[in-house]
Amino acid sequence: MADEQSKRIAIIAGHGTLDAAYPPLILATAAAAMEMEAAIFFTFYGLEILKKGKADHLKVPPIANPAMPVPMPNIIGMLPGMTAAATWMMNSWMKKAKVASVSSLLDIAIESGVRMIGCQMTMDVMGIKKEDLIDGIEIGGAATFIEFASHNAITLSF
Amino acid sequence: MAENADQTLDCSGLACPMPILKTKKAIDAMKIGQVLKMISTDAGSVPDVNAWTSKTGHTLLSHEEHAGTYTFYIKKVK
Repeated sequence: MADEQSKRIAIIAGHGTLDAAYPPLILATAAAAMEMEAAIFFTFYGLEILKKGKADHLKVPPIANPAMPVPMPNIIGMLPGMTAAATWMMNSWMKKAKVASVSSLLDIAIESGVRMIGCQMTMDVMGIKKEDLIDGIEIGGAATFIEFASHNAITLSF
Repeated sequence: MAENADQTLDCSGLACPMPILKTKKAIDAMKIGQVLKMISTDAGSVPDVNAWTSKTGHTLLSHEEHAGTYTFYIKKVK
């Protein structure tokens, strides 16, 4: 049997935290660099990544996150300022490791032709307007994503 | 095993996926048959450049490692 390689990747971004924003953007830009067609469907809190001015201000939640490099019991994590502290810590590690910022990965994704689809239904639910989101994206629904994915796409959800 | 490169791309200090994204951009701007020398300090570049060339069809002529610096010679074939 011939080695039939998939030429598409269809990703769902459903969370708006800093750690959840990276995998969809890294995988989609890498796929585009590997000459695949990539699309990311931003739904629910994933829309936060697309909001103007928000990309580089996403946060890391210390609550219910037992994998924090510095272990933090939930009762401590719920104190005021702990989300900001965990976010600051993660941002300083990322900077030290010279990881690209979320905003620059967004720019590269758009520039390299990744289809960035904002979910119309959740935009309506959450009161988000197209003008609240960055330029270079499209708005669509479930069928838009499924139609793209139906052409033998690798599908991932974050 | 140094090759003659037509262009050099220094990705030192950059983390995944930037070396691959920059390699793609550099190769796109080159002519068929030309060789790109890409320098990276990301250890993940070794499997990633291999994966990238096997997926895109460009040729990884050679790669060498010296004190945490990885040098790749990639030939544009299409």
